[in-house]
Amino acid sequence: MPDGAVITATAAPARGESPARRAWRRLLRHRVAMAGLVVVLLFFAIAIAAPLIAPYDPTRTNWAAIRKPPSAAFWFGTDENGRDILSRVIWGARASLLAGVISVAIALAAGVPIGLTAGFLGGRVDALISRFTDAMLACPFLILAIALAAFLGPSLENAMIAIGISATPIFIRLARGATMAAKVEDYVEAARGLGNPRWRVAVRHILPNIVPPLLVQATLAIASAIIAEASLSFLGLGQQPPAPSWGSMLNTAQRFMEQAPWMAIFPGLSIFVVVLAFNLVGDGLRDALDPRQR
Amino acid sequence: MLPFLARRVGQTIPTLLFVSVLIFGLQQLMPGDPALILAGEERGDPLVLAQIRAELNLDKPIVVQYGIWLWGVVQGDLGFSWRIREPIAGVIAQKLPVTLQLGLMAFVIALVIGIPLGIISAIRKDTPVDWGANAVGLAGLSLPNFWLGIMMILFFSVHLGWLPPSGYVPLTEDWRQSLATTIMPAFVLGSGIAAVFMRHMRSAMLQAMGQDYVRTARAKGLAEKVVILKHALRNALVPVVTLGALELGTLLSGAVLTEQVFTIPGFGKLIVDAVFNRDYPVVQGVVLVTAALYILLNLVADVLYVLINPRLRHA
Repeated sequence: MPDGAVITATAAPARGESPARRAWRRLLRHRVAMAGLVVVLLFFAIAIAAPLIAPYDPTRTNWAAIRKPPSAAFWFGTDENGRDILSRVIWGARASLLAGVISVAIALAAGVPIGLTAGFLGGRVDALISRFTDAMLACPFLILAIALAAFLGPSLENAMIAIGISATPIFIRLARGATMAAKVEDYVEAARGLGNPRWRVAVRHILPNIVPPLLVQATLAIASAIIAEASLSFLGLGQQPPAPSWGSMLNTAQRFMEQAPWMAIFPGLSIFVVVLAFNLVGDGLRDALDPRQR
Repeated sequence: MLPFLARRVGQTIPTLLFVSVLIFGLQQLMPGDPALILAGEERGDPLVLAQIRAELNLDKPIVVQYGIWLWGVVQGDLGFSWRIREPIAGVIAQKLPVTLQLGLMAFVIALVIGIPLGIISAIRKDTPVDWGANAVGLAGLSLPNFWLGIMMILFFSVHLGWLPPSGYVPLTEDWRQSLATTIMPAFVLGSGIAAVFMRHMRSAMLQAMGQDYVRTARAKGLAEKVVILKHALRNALVPVVTLGALELGTLLSGAVLTEQVFTIPGFGKLIVDAVFNRDYPVVQGVVLVTAALYILLNLVADVLYVLINPRLRHA
C-alpha cells in the first residue's frame, strides 16, 4: 500500500530511539495538533494566572455598569449584575479545566485497574466486569451524569465525580481490550516465563504498553468532560453562583438574549475553542502514536 | 438467523439486570431520608414518617426493596411521581413522542449532512475539500449544542424573526407550526451526530476504496462514478448504518439540553424538571427507559448488521 510505505519512510526510527520519543517527534510535526496544544497550554496559563490577569473581581457587582456592551473598559461587556464578563470568562477557565482534568483522572484511576484486571484475569471476573460495564454504557453519558449529580447534590465537586463515574466504563473497556491484545504478545510470555508474579506482569509489563490508546482517549475525554461540566452548570447542577463557570454564565445569558447578546457569545466561544483544541490534540496524538489508523 | 437472534436477546437480559441494579443503587446516593422530603410540613410527625416509609417499602431490607421495585418494573410499573402523584410510566409515555419527533428529525438532518460530506471528503482525500469537511466535522464535535441553540435563537429568532424561539406544537395539531418549532432544535441536535457520521463515513469509504474489488471495478474500465457509488459506497455504508442506530442513544442525551434551551416539553425536559423538583423516582424512571431503549437499539443495530452483511447471515 503506498500510504503505508510513506509512513514507514517518514517515520523511520533513529537508532536507539524510544517509541515515546518517536511519537513525540511525529506529534511535533503535526501542525494542527501543535496549534491545539498551544491553545490548551494558553488556557491552562490563563486559568493559573487568573488572579493576576483578570481586570476585575469576577464576583463584584457594579450597579452603575449593568449589561454594558463590550467597550474599552469592559472588553467582553458586563452581565446582569454589572460584573465584568472577561474576568468571569478568565476565572471560569479554572472551573472548566479543573473539571475536565479531575473527572478524567477519576475515570482513569477507576477504569484502568478494573479493565486491566478484567482483561488479564479473564474468565468469570471478566464476564462480571464486562456485563457491569455494558450496563453503565447503556445509560447515555450525560443522562447518567445528570442523574448522579442530581442524587449527589449540585456542586462543582459532585459534578466532577458524576462526570468521572460516567466516563469510567469507556476506560474499563479500552484497558480491557488493550490488555487482552497485549497479554498474548511474546514479551508478556517471556516475562511470565521468567517467573514474574502475575501482578508484576500486569503492572510492569502490560500497563506501560497499553498507555498509548489510553492517552489518546484521555485527551478526547477531557474535551467531553469540559462540555459535560458546562452542561451540568448550565442546568444548575455544577458550579454554583456567584462563582463563575462558562456553563452557568450561559444559563443566565439565555434570559437576556435580546438585551445583552454578548453575555452568551463569549463563554460559549471559550468552551468551543478549548474543546476544539483538546480534540485536535487528541486526533494528533492518535496519528502520532498509531499511524496505521490515519 | 434465529439462533443468532436468540443468543443476542439472551445476552441483553444480564445487561438489563445490571442496569436495574445500577439505577436502583442511585437511590442510595440520595442525601437525607426520602420520607422527610415527601412528608413536607408534616416531617415532625413520626407517625406520618412511618406511614410513608411503609408505603414506599423503605422499612424493608434493601434486597427486598430492590425485588419489589424490579417486579414492578417488569410489569411496567415504574412507581409514582412524588410531585404530580401520577404513575411515572404514564408521564414518560406522554413525553416520549415529543422527543422521538425531535430525534427523528435530527437523525435525518445528521444523515443528509454527514453522509455526503464523508463521501466527498474521502473521494477528495488530502485536498482543500477534505480539509474543509474535516474542519466542519471537528467543529460539529466541539460545539456545545446548547450554545449552538442559543446562538441560533439569537440569529434566527431575535435578529431575523424567522422562527419561534421556544415552545412546541404537536405534529397532529398543526404540522407547519410543529415543524417551525422543531426545526432549530432538530438541527442543533443533529449537527453533533452529523459530525460523527461524517467521520465514520469518511474512514469507511477510504477503507472500501482501498479494497481489491474496487481496484477490479476500476480495472474493468467502469466509470469512476459507478465505482464509487455502486462498489465502494454500498460496502462502506454497512458499518455506518449500524453505528447510526447507536447514535440514536446519543440523541436522547443531547435532547436533555436542547429541550431545555428551546423549552420543548419532552423527555429531556422531564428529567431536568424532576431533578429540580427532587422528584427522584422520575429521574430513575427516565434513566431506566433511556437505558432500555439504548439496549434495544443496540440489538436492532446488531440484527441489521447481520441482515445487511450476507457473509454473516449464515455464520
